Amino acid sequence: MSFLELKNVCAGYGALKVLNNVSLRVDPGEIVVLIGPNGAGKTTVLKSVFKLVDVYSGKICFQEKDVRALHTHDLIQLGMSLVPQGRQVFGSLTVRENLEMGAYLTQDNDVVQERIASTLLQFPELKPKMKDYAFALSGGQQQMLAMGRALMQDPKLLLLDEPSLGLAPKMMQTVLNRIKKINEQGTSVLMVEQNARQAVKLADRIYVLEDGKVALHGGKDILSRKEIQHIYLGGR
Amino acid sequence: MAFSAYLIHLGILSCMYVMLAISLNLALGFTGMLNLGHVAFFGIGAYITAILSMQGLPLWLTCILAIIGGLIAGILLAFPTARLRGDYLALATLGFTFIMAAIARNWQSLTRGALGIPGIPRLVASNEQYLFWISLSTVIVALLVSWLTKSSIGRTLQAIRDDELGAMVLGKNVFAYRMLALGVSASIAALAGFFFAHFITFIDPSVFSIDDLILMFAMVILGGLASNKGSVIGGVIIFLLPEPLRFIGFSSSIVGPARAILFALILIGMLVYRPRGIFGKVDLS
Repeated sequence: MSFLELKNVCAGYGALKVLNNVSLRVDPGEIVVLIGPNGAGKTTVLKSVFKLVDVYSGKICFQEKDVRALHTHDLIQLGMSLVPQGRQVFGSLTVRENLEMGAYLTQDNDVVQERIASTLLQFPELKPKMKDYAFALSGGQQQMLAMGRALMQDPKLLLLDEPSLGLAPKMMQTVLNRIKKINEQGTSVLMVEQNARQAVKLADRIYVLEDGKVALHGGKDILSRKEIQHIYLGGR
Repeated sequence: MAFSAYLIHLGILSCMYVMLAISLNLALGFTGMLNLGHVAFFGIGAYITAILSMQGLPLWLTCILAIIGGLIAGILLAFPTARLRGDYLALATLGFTFIMAAIARNWQSLTRGALGIPGIPRLVASNEQYLFWISLSTVIVALLVSWLTKSSIGRTLQAIRDDELGAMVLGKNVFAYRMLALGVSASIAALAGFFFAHFITFIDPSVFSIDDLILMFAMVILGGLASNKGSVIGGVIIFLLPEPLRFIGFSSSIVGPARAILFALILIGMLVYRPRGIFGKVDLS
């Protein structure tokens, strides 16, 4: 049994069906990357796992529990966190308050402070900014804060939606390295990335989505397969 | 003597507007809900008070029922508007105000329609005592909202305003928080309506007027979104500012437009030079 498993999932937004029989899995300790052209349904996969879209049929299991029967906060308690696309930090709250918001399911203040300390070990650049408002951070810092806020939930599985979106190349590399480091400390990662080349370097396994279906599945060598060109550039 | 009576009158109405501004700011500034139904909650509170006290219910009971009525109206409005944001929420809540005004005008067996309800009993004998009670209530409301907005609930409301999806993925029940904010905001507006009805002793469907709604928004914007201190200052300034116009000796046909011009100048000046208001923390967006 996998850590996270999707079986024949159909999902979408109301009448708009986006995912069509998607099956994939994430095993403990893995980094799994979802790539594919725009509109393929990558974000919808993450949202369907996190109960942010309608799932019409299929099965989604996290640690052998049926995700469809749970609430979002149950998922967080089970050890799943999502960092949505576009960073989504709370601009008018300070960096510290943003981090504390991440840990609201934990009542114990000692645990919260402990988690802040360990989050700051992952993202030391946030340390001098703790009292600053989040809107004043740079794009890269906001991404780190968004990821740090998710780490405050002490996740076993981290879902990341385009963490490199809109970042300068150097910052993008930094963010991807941090993801690798978080993974090395025992957190599994399911990540959506536009930047296929960079993301594939990190990945243990890759799924390529096309038109709401899994078109390809494989290891790091996947980008050299010739179907990839068809998926991204069309023409068959 | 007459002048001190005038000052007491101003004090009472200032308190009422401060309550309205504080409560509007809870929904608008702290939670980011562009709620144009605020004046309807005020009107609902005033009508519940008027109708029930004319039936001979004791004051403390009409007060509690007005607050509960506002709370229920706020919670009810939260349901159909759960998925609406920004301009769409503004339009839907404005529709709610129009519906309430239409009910007040047309349900004549209950509200006497456009004739209004005269002869509402006074809360206390003298205006001095009235000022005491409304000041006390305003202080309690201000402390309550201040505590609420500083608590973890208030922080979550602000997080929802800043980024709803961000709050959702942390497991927050966004709908429940928005409902709470709207319910508390509405019940305070209804309390202001309770004080209004007992002070003026007459109400008619004009309590749902858009002019008052604009006044409330001007107060919150001048004082600053998401600032309770700002609501108090903004409420007092906007309410008192046109008062000196009375003493200049213009005819009443000029004083009315002069008031409107003054408000317009203040709002334009604020938006150009200080878009966040006096104490505001966030932009109106």
